[in-house]
Amino acid sequence: MSGASQLARAFSAGDSVRVRDETPSHHHRTPHYIKARRGRVVDFIGAYLNSETRAHSGDGLPMVPMYRVEFDMADLWDEYATSSADKLWIDLYEHWIEHDTRSGGTGR
Amino acid sequence: MSNREGEFFDTGWRPENDVHRDEDGRPHDHPGVQEDVSLGVRAARALAIHELLVEKGVIGSKDVDEDIAGRSNRSPANGAALVAKAWIDPQFRETLLANPNKTIAEAGFVPEHGADIVVLENTTDVQYMVVCTLCSCYPGQLLGPPPDWYKSLAYRSRAVREPRKIMSEFGLDLEDDVEVRVVDSNSELRFLVIPRRPPGTERWSEDELAELVTRDSMIGVSAALTPDTVNA
Repeated sequence: MSGASQLARAFSAGDSVRVRDETPSHHHRTPHYIKARRGRVVDFIGAYLNSETRAHSGDGLPMVPMYRVEFDMADLWDEYATSSADKLWIDLYEHWIEHDTRSGGTGR
Repeated sequence: MSNREGEFFDTGWRPENDVHRDEDGRPHDHPGVQEDVSLGVRAARALAIHELLVEKGVIGSKDVDEDIAGRSNRSPANGAALVAKAWIDPQFRETLLANPNKTIAEAGFVPEHGADIVVLENTTDVQYMVVCTLCSCYPGQLLGPPPDWYKSLAYRSRAVREPRKIMSEFGLDLEDDVEVRVVDSNSELRFLVIPRRPPGTERWSEDELAELVTRDSMIGVSAALTPDTVNA
């Protein structure tokens, strides 16, 4: 598990982020429904072995920072009432998120 | 296909699209018999791999049996005991939430695949509900084997878009002002939900409380049982 707290982190709690809209041919665990969607970093949760290389016989090193990212359900789904406070939480590797430069954006 | 006598040696296995024929070439099958006379291709492969691993000294001959025995000790009672303790012992609750991996290891529960455990607590304001949309990640050492519905495509796809409807199907109708947080698991982390302690259980013992903590309530799709459902 974690440990590598000395690892440089690109994001902090509260940062607005966008999930990268990519579909690499290798194994990855970023589900389609959040790609290109905008959310917020809840917290840095540790550095983890990279499951994307481990799935292909690699050792998963170097460790990759992982962040818990929160999305408004109303931003993810058209049928979700925009007034709802419901959220989706998912833990994502650092290389899957980027700073959201768009101001005042919603998820869509 | 020729079917002259003695032309092929029947190993009992055939591809699904192959058709078994009698002496006159008429297709027929033997309901209920095939499974008994031969291993399925996957079972045969697993057995062969197992034998090779033992033969080459990669694993001991009893490792698999011991692993199966260990797995059968995994049950929702493990998670329920932790939840009940957290309900009555504020210091344990705090430790469990702040340092779940150490606390759970000290309680004797070995993590699956080395994945970290995260403990989330349902309150009057927030209801957590856990899913693994990509596969079926699940805290097996605390909840036992995942139920079929947890692994189903229906749950995995619906949980992230209509969680309240799913909870309602499990008998939990949340107030609108309770915030639902659906947590989508990945390969490195597993989530355990502490359900809300039911009212009317103030004087209950830890063991009695554990009886109220269901598997589904620790996934977050339902509430813990109430005293009346147990005493009824």
